Amino acid sequence: MSTSTPSRRSGEAAIQGSRAAVGSPIRRNRKPFNWRRAGAWALVIVAIAVSVLPFYWVLRTSLSTNNALAANATNLLPADFNLGAYKRVFGLQTAEEAVAEGGSGAQIDFWGYLRNSVLFSSITTAGAVFFSAMAAYAFARLRWRGRNAVFSLFLATMMVPPIFTALPNFLFIKNLGLLNTMLGLVLPYVFMTPFAIFFLRQFFLNMSREVEEAAMLDGAKHLRIFFQIVLPNAAAPIATLALLTFIGQWNEYFWPLLVGQDESVRVLTVGLGVFKSQSPQGAPDWSGLMAATLVSALPVLILFIAFGKKIVNSIGFSGIK
Amino acid sequence: MTTTTARGAVPARKAPRGAEGTASRGWRRNHGDLKVALFFIAPAMIGFIAFFLVPTLRGIYLSFTEYSILGDPEWIGAKNYEAIAKDPLFWNALAVTCQYVLINIALQTALALGLALLMQRVAKSTLIRGTLLLPYLMANVIAALLWFWLLDYQIGIVNYLIEGLGLPRVAFFGSEQWAIPTQALINTWRHMGYTALLIFAGLQAIPNHVYEVANLDGASPTQTFWKITMPLLRPVLVLVLIVTVIGSFQVFDTVAVTTQGGPVNASRVLQFYIYQRAFTESDFGYGSALAVILFVILALVAFIQMKFLRGNESDLD
Repeated sequence: MSTSTPSRRSGEAAIQGSRAAVGSPIRRNRKPFNWRRAGAWALVIVAIAVSVLPFYWVLRTSLSTNNALAANATNLLPADFNLGAYKRVFGLQTAEEAVAEGGSGAQIDFWGYLRNSVLFSSITTAGAVFFSAMAAYAFARLRWRGRNAVFSLFLATMMVPPIFTALPNFLFIKNLGLLNTMLGLVLPYVFMTPFAIFFLRQFFLNMSREVEEAAMLDGAKHLRIFFQIVLPNAAAPIATLALLTFIGQWNEYFWPLLVGQDESVRVLTVGLGVFKSQSPQGAPDWSGLMAATLVSALPVLILFIAFGKKIVNSIGFSGIK
Repeated sequence: MTTTTARGAVPARKAPRGAEGTASRGWRRNHGDLKVALFFIAPAMIGFIAFFLVPTLRGIYLSFTEYSILGDPEWIGAKNYEAIAKDPLFWNALAVTCQYVLINIALQTALALGLALLMQRVAKSTLIRGTLLLPYLMANVIAALLWFWLLDYQIGIVNYLIEGLGLPRVAFFGSEQWAIPTQALINTWRHMGYTALLIFAGLQAIPNHVYEVANLDGASPTQTFWKITMPLLRPVLVLVLIVTVIGSFQVFDTVAVTTQGGPVNASRVLQFYIYQRAFTESDFGYGSALAVILFVILALVAFIQMKFLRGNESDLD
């Protein structure tokens, strides 16, 4: 946390008054201690703690031994430090060992779920972003009759709640014989998402036409313009979109729950749900469950650490549709 | 840095009209782009027709049929809707969902507004904003499991903290009284930072000179907040409300992972009820009719909020 910025600013500048105080230089120097500013920072710290500490607790639990959890429920450090939970998650423990450490003894194919999640998220992201970029190009840079009507129709689908289309889509995928296949899982997402089209269209609309028109005069066709001018120029928003889409798909639960129940295509979110319900009602395998939770969150955590700024800065734009 | 990004984002929202205007003048000569456009739009069009348009129509059709997954759907007119009107479980689901939405939206919006103000005036670093966004990036399933453990009745840390305060333990997931507020709290935890960022972007769009004038006129911080910040923020707040209310109505994941609608019917929210009717009980007609009703509710909610918004859109100009 940088305290340098606040301290340079005005004394009175607390929660409610920073703007107002900028214009009054008299107050700017040496206020010994500003209670309002300190109070504001206390609130910020509480908010950060509420956002982050639960994850620490998950980590701490995943490194504990189940049988020791109850006796050390409030200990900030892992209770009887042990990597058994992770071994259990990755299938490195025999059933007897797992049961001895408070696991359910049932095998879960965590690597398989991980692979399925990666496949599902990557395929849908790549397809949706690319095809949506093509469509956005047609909506932003080409002139054709009915363009705005079709675009409004596409946008309107953002209003349709996913549950509403999920039922008929499930029947459709079932009729195609694609239940419990990766193809069935990705089909509804892979062609486009209304949001992706909307998001990219905004950027394409704002791009300068000069280069494009020069290329036109040189006889370049639309396909070349799309690949060599529009896509490279929109690399940044496309990367942001891909990032947001990937995270969204990684977290997707409802559709994979309907279509991908089978072990062979089960993704992590669905697998976690199954893992949880396997725990006998009396004594859940908390450390195993928390280890699985943390490992499932890891890819997003890594993306977040690598591209956090990109994600944060995209919110103001993407959220207000 | 913070201001440049947020300011950059705001014109982007308004730009299309202007950009399109200049574009069309230079682009007139290329009237016949239809064939090219069809090529570019083809994949998205397939997805749109196969997975959005047709299912929407089919969903409406199915709602007028009796259809267990075996055999063919049989047309029964409005019978599903008549049955729903008399279905106590539906009314319970509606009440439970509304309770969830109310608690969640009230808490989340209030907290997010506070956080947004803090982000704008005190905690300006992107790092802090990113940290507050972290819960939002986690899957609902992960948020649900995480809190399922933290709020455990027997050995969850939160109940130890509550006990430490001299209060009795709370069965967050196990009591009818707490099941829905707990789900709402989990969602608030996950969405608080995200909503705050949306509101923060709106705050950044309020021009500085408005505040300077208010300052010259001797307005107190409280006055400035209620008379300037809030009215100018209203369009953004309404948009945020539309997005979050619609999202809240479709709560499913956390319920499915933790309480499964229970105890008894205490957390059987609409989407979970639809899921149970359609997929557990193989009653697709009834499930579709329920989904149509949810759809209509969402459209109404959005429409009412949108109307409310339109009157305020020009506040900034």
